[in-house]
Amino acid sequence: MPESENSKSGSLRRRFFTQAGAGVALLALAPGVRLAELAMAASDEEPVTDEHRWGLWVDTSRCADGCDKCVSACNEEHGLSGMDRPETDAQWIRKVDLQDEVTGRELSLPLMCQHCEEPPCVDVCPTGASFRREDGIVLVDKHICIGCRYCMMACPFHARSFIHEELSGQKTHSPRGKGVVESCTLCVHRVDEGRTPACVEACSDAGHGALVFGDLNDESGRLAKILVEKETDELRSDLKLNTAVRYSGV
Amino acid sequence: MSRGTFQIIRPSSAFWLTAGVAAALALLGFAGAHHMESTGHWVTGMNNRVVWGLPHVFAVFLIVAASGALNVASVASVFKKTLYQPLSRLSGLLAMSLLVGGLSVLVLDLGRPDRLIIAMTYYNFKSIFAWNIFLYTGFLGVVAVYLWMMFEPRMNRFIGSAGKVAFTWRLVLTIGTGSIFGVLVAREAFGSVVLIPMFIAMSLSFGTAVMLLAIILMFRMSNLSVKDEVVTRLRSLLAYFVIAVAFFVAVDHLTRLYAVGYTGVERFLLVEGGIYPVLFWAGQCLLGTVIPVIVLLTPRLAGRLPTVVASLLVLLGAFAQLYVLIVGGQAFPMDIFPGYTENSSYFDGVVAGYHPSLPELALGFGGIGLALLIALLATRVLPFLPQAPADQPGG
Repeated sequence: MPESENSKSGSLRRRFFTQAGAGVALLALAPGVRLAELAMAASDEEPVTDEHRWGLWVDTSRCADGCDKCVSACNEEHGLSGMDRPETDAQWIRKVDLQDEVTGRELSLPLMCQHCEEPPCVDVCPTGASFRREDGIVLVDKHICIGCRYCMMACPFHARSFIHEELSGQKTHSPRGKGVVESCTLCVHRVDEGRTPACVEACSDAGHGALVFGDLNDESGRLAKILVEKETDELRSDLKLNTAVRYSGV
Repeated sequence: MSRGTFQIIRPSSAFWLTAGVAAALALLGFAGAHHMESTGHWVTGMNNRVVWGLPHVFAVFLIVAASGALNVASVASVFKKTLYQPLSRLSGLLAMSLLVGGLSVLVLDLGRPDRLIIAMTYYNFKSIFAWNIFLYTGFLGVVAVYLWMMFEPRMNRFIGSAGKVAFTWRLVLTIGTGSIFGVLVAREAFGSVVLIPMFIAMSLSFGTAVMLLAIILMFRMSNLSVKDEVVTRLRSLLAYFVIAVAFFVAVDHLTRLYAVGYTGVERFLLVEGGIYPVLFWAGQCLLGTVIPVIVLLTPRLAGRLPTVVASLLVLLGAFAQLYVLIVGGQAFPMDIFPGYTENSSYFDGVVAGYHPSLPELALGFGGIGLALLIALLATRVLPFLPQAPADQPGG
């Protein structure tokens, strides 16, 4: 065969393989591209940024002694049924009754994860399972928590629980598991839908309104205004954790 | 051989009996861990207030003792004390076996021990725990290389360098272990930098006590002799290390007693806290410090039996100390609301209860059994022990 014909047939072959390769590549990539598009389309929410910092205000003057609607609502929302073993059952939020040692004044308040800006639990976690979202919500990644409980040693509020036994009746929006640590998520699944945490809703429904949820960064928002106008405190302020939960009347 | 000759242990009935007991303990430990993991930690005495219990007392003891056990090898290679060179291999072996025992307890107590690979692949470098994973595994590697330098005649010239690396590594390792508690600012009993030098002193004390016991018992088991001078010097060293621990313990308590706001936790740990003051005064101070120091510094009590008793008492005091520190430190309630009395369903404001359970105890002793078993079996397959007389220079 003359050299020019060889060259021509080689060129044709190259073009064929190039086009065939491009076709195969297109066929291989298209579903992925389509999937990515679908995923993008399904994600109609903005990614979490530090534009917001979600927080709570607890008005102890409105928190009724003996009322534990917030605790019940949390347990219901997250399926915290308990095994009737108070020392090992999970408690994401608890009511604490206080009495002033000098004046004898009594008050009652809910205590939960304070969603610190500088969370000691996040600092000490060896695997990074304890983490703080950009919007300030402190969470546990249940997939990489190894159950060492160092975060529980570090938490200054006893806000965390270790799951001491097998669980049943879990909620799909609040996955839990034996052998890992958990705590108040500030009802992140509700917050991401633009709703308020279950405890806040329950307190409001009960007519107390002792819990106010909002954005600490939104200067025109109710929570930020309250913090400006009212005298509020963060618990264990000596540790300079800049908690997202603030209390009045303590 | 210029550095002395070594031998594989000649197994006696005592050797096999001890190995059998160690294996049984290790098996019991695994059984305890299996029960804890399959049923859930509610079967232990640990709870949401006392999250670290007996397994952690045992694990910290073994890890701290591991770094101290390397002391004899360090003295021989780094500080050129040839008297201790025949014991260098045993020193390195004990350091590794104790660490493996301690880490096993720590890992088997995890809520998810099956996720160990996650602990090895996900790191939060702000966490001292994450650094400790490197320090512990690295220590095993460094000591393994160190031992290789000792075993391989062609590598003997590198013993000094390897010894220096191992010595530095073990110091950093103990700093890391002390920091686990030293960085915990939330709890009044922890969060003190004094814990760091205290842990170094503890490692020297616990490790030397283990080493003395190993030398006397293992050599007796294999009908080897160890020259009195080695034991005599280690006795003195142990006494001074115990005194050093006591000094840092005193400084730790005195600084808190002096600081306003910390007297509550001191009153709890030293006077009113039930089991904790008893363990502190009777266990740590009297049995673990005063009596062994007197025995170790009294020439008339320089025999093997008093030395074994004194070393065992130091170890008993070590457990008492770690129990008071780790469990007592958690049992004392955190002062979340200063100036108020607290009452809640989560035991705020009250002393937390902790009742150690059998599976925890089994796991803890399992760690000791595993460490002992590794050490015994290693001496059976490799020449770790010196030819008699044991204190011949070289090695």
